[in-house]
Amino acid sequence: MTGLSPSPYGGQVPVLRIGDVLLVTLQGDLHDGTAEQLQQDVSEAAADSRVNGVVIDLSGVEIVDSFLGRVLADIAAKTRLLAAETVVAGMRPAVAITLVELGLTLPGLRTALSTEEALRLLGGASISPRYGRTRQESP
Amino acid sequence: MSEQEAEGHQVAPAQEVGDFLRLRREQIAQRWADAALFRTVFTVSRDEAVEAGRAVVEALAAVAAAERLEDPEADGFNVVRDQLARTAASRSRAGSTNSQISTEVDALRPPVLELLVADLSARGEEHVRECTTALTVLMGTLRMVVLETLLTAGQELIERQRLQLLEVATPVIKLWEGIVAVPLIGTLDSARSQVVMETLLDSIVEQHARFAILDITGVPTVDSLVAQHLMKTVAAARLMGAECIVSGIRPAIAQTIVHLGIDLGTVMTRASLADALAYALRQQGADIVAHVPDGAGPR
Amino acid sequence: MQTAGGLSACLPITSDLDLVWVRQHVRQAAAQLGFGLVAQTKLVTAASELARNTLVHGGGGQMECAPVNRGGVRGLRLTFSDEGPGIADLDQALRDGYTSAEGLGMGLGGARRLVHEFDIDSSPGRGTTVTVASWVSAPPRPREER
Repeated sequence: MTGLSPSPYGGQVPVLRIGDVLLVTLQGDLHDGTAEQLQQDVSEAAADSRVNGVVIDLSGVEIVDSFLGRVLADIAAKTRLLAAETVVAGMRPAVAITLVELGLTLPGLRTALSTEEALRLLGGASISPRYGRTRQESP
Repeated sequence: MSEQEAEGHQVAPAQEVGDFLRLRREQIAQRWADAALFRTVFTVSRDEAVEAGRAVVEALAAVAAAERLEDPEADGFNVVRDQLARTAASRSRAGSTNSQISTEVDALRPPVLELLVADLSARGEEHVRECTTALTVLMGTLRMVVLETLLTAGQELIERQRLQLLEVATPVIKLWEGIVAVPLIGTLDSARSQVVMETLLDSIVEQHARFAILDITGVPTVDSLVAQHLMKTVAAARLMGAECIVSGIRPAIAQTIVHLGIDLGTVMTRASLADALAYALRQQGADIVAHVPDGAGPR
Repeated sequence: MQTAGGLSACLPITSDLDLVWVRQHVRQAAAQLGFGLVAQTKLVTAASELARNTLVHGGGGQMECAPVNRGGVRGLRLTFSDEGPGIADLDQALRDGYTSAEGLGMGLGGARRLVHEFDIDSSPGRGTTVTVASWVSAPPRPREER
């Protein structure tokens, strides 16, 4: 039961840099403090002029409440000021339904089905053209 | 506590019944195995019926020992719910009515009562009456527990079937790589809209679909609740990274939507399923051409 | 594990960390009662909103979690209570106010839409108690029969 819980305050989400894109992978139940720390970390990392995109992978997140929703929106707004684009990737259906019901449709946020797709959206061709290509069956 | 000791003191009737049930567990289980409730369900082997009877007797003994004869929430009854209620539920599925099952549970009482009276024959009349009353109360509570569980099981069954029907009525079709569609036919109510929403969003993940088409050509009317559900589906799909297109809005429905004051402005709409597919294909970078250009063979 | 003992609980809400415990407890209780994934997520999210409300606006409090049964339909009831300043204008608090980050009653209106039943009791100086309930299947409504 306690195995998945984040450690209090010590929890920090790593912000990875792949080429000119920042990649943030959220997992499990996020502590408010951790989310706020993340917001700051991303803003600082995005201040680097060579960063032109931020990808936030939500595929491992089971719940997004209005607090985390607002953190995501704030990250997007801040990075936009720094001329970088934020894409939220892999949101689960149950989370999406709940956010809409909550009234948070996050209109300013770009979204993608997966991290791979998000990187492609950000013009990730320069990173690695074969990265995460989905299996393509000829119709 | 030894039997000699018990004879000396005046033991509470509930305790007495509890001790009796524990002591006579085997005999009662054997008798119950032939009762209609157990016999008809465990046709495979009589041992199984005896085994089930034993578990129920033990549970009743625990309830009696805790002196909670009239309390359906007593811990011991959880075992009964698990054991006997499942038995009763399969009887119910086999076509028995609830009142039949109630009668069958009631039929478990006489053989136990008979044993109890025989066991207590040496004791005072007053004590025997108290103990038989206690046993009757206990068996009454048992019947209540079984019936309550049956009703719940019945409701769950109906609910499950209702959901299954809804799912059957909501096929998701993969139209192309990365494009799924749900052709909706018939009246949409709130429950069905909910299922449509969840089914469509799940298929977006499964098929890795960037486009989802909700075709409502076959839907006669749309009320404001359903229109809201459609809009929520579109918004949720967008959050997941997919685009949802609503196609086949018939003029009458468009009129209704306008009358209801609902703004579908943020929703991508197309006149027909074909138009929606063409749009999705174009967005994916696929061009629809009349014939294959020269030299476009496999490389 | 047959008893309902694991589902009933009273959890303190005094720090952000408690919000995590609240969410995890509600998630587990809802899963154990047989809530579907979407229903679980809605209830957990509502609990998160209400617990944060208790923490931020009520100055801390507690959540009571209890399984309920109505006419054979199982459900979960959550009660959030605090002894904070209370809410003077409930209508205003229930209006969607999530755009104003620190607005009073933020998340209340949203949480209300995520549960089947919502009840709030509050007045200035008396603290706030919010009780919500959701049911495993649709709540018993006789009028939907066909």
